[in-house]
Amino acid sequence: MDQKISFVVDGKSATVSADPAMPLLYALHSELGLNNPKFGCGKAQCGACTVHLDGAPVRSCVMPVAAAAGKQVTTLTGLGTPERPHPLQKAYIEEQVPQCGYCLSGWIMTAAAFLKNNPKPTDAEIRQAMAGIKCRCGTHMAIMRAIKRAAGTLTA
Amino acid sequence: MNPITRRDFLKASGSLVVSISIPGAIATAMSQGISSSAALGTKPPLMPNELDSWIAITSDGNITAFFGKMDMGQGVDVVIAQIVAEELDVAFDRVSVVMGDTALTCNQGGASGSTGTQLGGMALRQAAVEARRVLVEMAAKRIGVPPEQLTVENGTVMVPDYPRTKVTYGELIGGQHFNRKIEWNKRFGNPLALKAGAKPKDPSRHKVVGKSFPQKVITDKVLGRAQYITDVRVEGMLHARVIRPPSAACTPVAVDESSIKAIPGARVVREKDYIAVVAEREWDAVRAAETLKVSWTAPSAPFPPMEKLYQHIREAKPTGQGVEVNKGNVEAALKNAARVVQAEYEWPLQSHASMGPGCAVADVSGGEARLWTGSQKPHFARDGAAKIAGVPVEKMRGTWVMGPGCYGRNDAGDAAQDAALLSKLTGRPVRVQYMRHEGTGWDPKGPAGVFSGRAGLDASGKVVAYAFHGKGFTRQDMATNESDPRDTLAGHLIGFEPKPTIIFQTPAEVYDFENKRHSWETIPPLLDRASPLRTSHFRDPLGPELHFASESFIDEVAHAAGVDPVAFRLRYLAHDARHAAVVKAVAEKARWRAGPNPNRGEGDVMTGRGVAYTERNGTVVAVIAEVEVERSSGRVWARRFTVAHDCGQIINPGGLKLTIEGNIVQATSRTLFEEVRFDTQNVASVDWASYPILELADAPEAVDIVLINRPEMAPQGAGEPSHRTVPGAIANAIFDATGVRIRRVPITPERMKAALARA
Repeated sequence: MDQKISFVVDGKSATVSADPAMPLLYALHSELGLNNPKFGCGKAQCGACTVHLDGAPVRSCVMPVAAAAGKQVTTLTGLGTPERPHPLQKAYIEEQVPQCGYCLSGWIMTAAAFLKNNPKPTDAEIRQAMAGIKCRCGTHMAIMRAIKRAAGTLTA
Repeated sequence: MNPITRRDFLKASGSLVVSISIPGAIATAMSQGISSSAALGTKPPLMPNELDSWIAITSDGNITAFFGKMDMGQGVDVVIAQIVAEELDVAFDRVSVVMGDTALTCNQGGASGSTGTQLGGMALRQAAVEARRVLVEMAAKRIGVPPEQLTVENGTVMVPDYPRTKVTYGELIGGQHFNRKIEWNKRFGNPLALKAGAKPKDPSRHKVVGKSFPQKVITDKVLGRAQYITDVRVEGMLHARVIRPPSAACTPVAVDESSIKAIPGARVVREKDYIAVVAEREWDAVRAAETLKVSWTAPSAPFPPMEKLYQHIREAKPTGQGVEVNKGNVEAALKNAARVVQAEYEWPLQSHASMGPGCAVADVSGGEARLWTGSQKPHFARDGAAKIAGVPVEKMRGTWVMGPGCYGRNDAGDAAQDAALLSKLTGRPVRVQYMRHEGTGWDPKGPAGVFSGRAGLDASGKVVAYAFHGKGFTRQDMATNESDPRDTLAGHLIGFEPKPTIIFQTPAEVYDFENKRHSWETIPPLLDRASPLRTSHFRDPLGPELHFASESFIDEVAHAAGVDPVAFRLRYLAHDARHAAVVKAVAEKARWRAGPNPNRGEGDVMTGRGVAYTERNGTVVAVIAEVEVERSSGRVWARRFTVAHDCGQIINPGGLKLTIEGNIVQATSRTLFEEVRFDTQNVASVDWASYPILELADAPEAVDIVLINRPEMAPQGAGEPSHRTVPGAIANAIFDATGVRIRRVPITPERMKAALARA
């Protein structure tokens, strides 16, 4: 049975009428027509569907839309603006990280939350924190550089 | 209560503005003012022998280049813009590149075999040279001086000593068509070539070529403002999901449509053995696909048990064979050799396992027939979609929209025909997207094979005989593109006969052995239609497979001869300076220490270095891998790579380095992690847990790259050549670290640990 569920997405209020068990991903991408997050696996194994729910990264492909009721959802599109990109977005552009870019929500949304709590991580901490995020193009070297650049720890 | 649609939501809430953009390249073209220019002269037909098919100039003098190949993320479009800007003498940022739309670009073969620059870029170079020649000729007439007395600076044609006597490209032709022919070799696809009536610039005068311009599209991607194939939404479209059998060779007996009647708007679409569900809302299509009850024919066992795959390959009756190198008399020389070295190597089936499963949107419901696809070959995808929908090919327009990276003929090609078929069957626009288990379980696979080497040494350790043989599945059960329903799952399921091609190859190296033989055999597919183990091109088809074996074997021969692996390679490459140069460069950069190995490490972590060298269609690469092998767990960490890369003239060194890094890391993933698992009935690798790939924790610490630039040479490919060099380098480094030779991929911790225990 469909229910009306309201939340805030990227600073704008939104309401969907949907099966409360429907994953949040379908509410954002299919019902509201937002281009991020992306469907990658539907099993919380790749990260492509990552959004922030009240500031914390969640996998929207397995989170029921009902769990977002009354909360603040941030997608990759809402993380920064062209004028004021998030430091990770700025670093990703400077390092020219993505190839296909389909995985970006996973890396950037996860790393943004990680850097908030660990502003100067070691390489080992970054590697550990990004466990479970996939990139098929193999851009991992550039991803590492970009996260370190955003953290201000990149050395030539 | 009716569900609130996205449109309702946008209308009612007014709180969230999502622009409905025009998918794909047409938007770019329109923003460049090309469509309005149609009013200013008749546009000739979109044929390769028309200059207007390649270059357009707006009234403000900006250039649009129409590229019939594709960039799939590595920045080939930037390279094309650089080449065109260079030859037209305009600044780089005045050139934009349109690609991937059958209505706007000629079929240059899409992304294919690392030929974006090598073939596609050379056609665009000729088109730009011709456009400049024509423009200077027009300027000469207008100014009244001979063309050879004119120069061009940033799109302004002028007389050098009289800078006020000038005319811009925009003034000459802006917004109008050239209506001039260009010499064309009358071929489409990869072989398409053009010839200008003038010569390209001498490389010594290059200002734009050779510089590292960034990809503008990366900014849109990173800010979450890019539109992907999954984001294409067409008015009135249905959402579809396909139904695959639980066991590979099963066909449907009965479909219980009542099993999904509780799901709003969901219904079954079926033609012969092809079954899908459609619904107005995506989640309802997903639920319907999960819920639908289908009874299938009794399962058979089309596949051998997985542990018997290589035995099956060894024993299978060949369907085709070939000898690619045959010099001297290998068998006689082996007989007379003082010592014979032999080894056999095995490479598994691998999945494209694209970041997102296949997705496409098609509309053949009336009006202009359309296909939106993420396929790397959109012209061919359009051809196949039109055929399966029964639409004349020339009446359907195909538009590429960026998607998850394909890396070959992945499931995007199947999805294109699903969408077209379902649009035909429903009379509505249809968006189809696979689920993960279909993306990994049912995409076309990279072929498995068994590869063997035999080498004879004389008493001095010199190689007197060398034989390499590969046997495995053809690399093309499915053609390299999806231009025919005979090459897709949907096509097979509605009755199109498969048309496999027997194609295999042998290692690409130029070792100078006096008696040398390279040969191959192919074996029949395990299941001849609608198979989840059907093969097709996966990045650098057969490259990692063959060169894992051949470069491991060369190392084994060097070891048997008691010669350092770098010195051994250089000894047999002495006749080819360009090939030897990459080996020398990589050894120097990595500070390779000479001397026979192995040097077994002490303690839990053993370290080692290994080298490999390969060629691919004119590009030569050498790689040194440095690995750590953890004795207790068996984990192999490819910690550092050094790469020497020679692809002729370099257009964009920054983009090239990033492309090489991606190649190295993806190949490391294939070497250490990737293997399609299956049982006798079906594929068991259906997600990222059952088909793991490399994650950040296992990424190298560093990839040091030496770029060898040869401006005097034509640019060669870079999208794949460094891929095939990696597996052998890793295996050789493991041997250096442990004294253990691993001859089967993937080199998982379990396999490594077991091999160490046996040693």
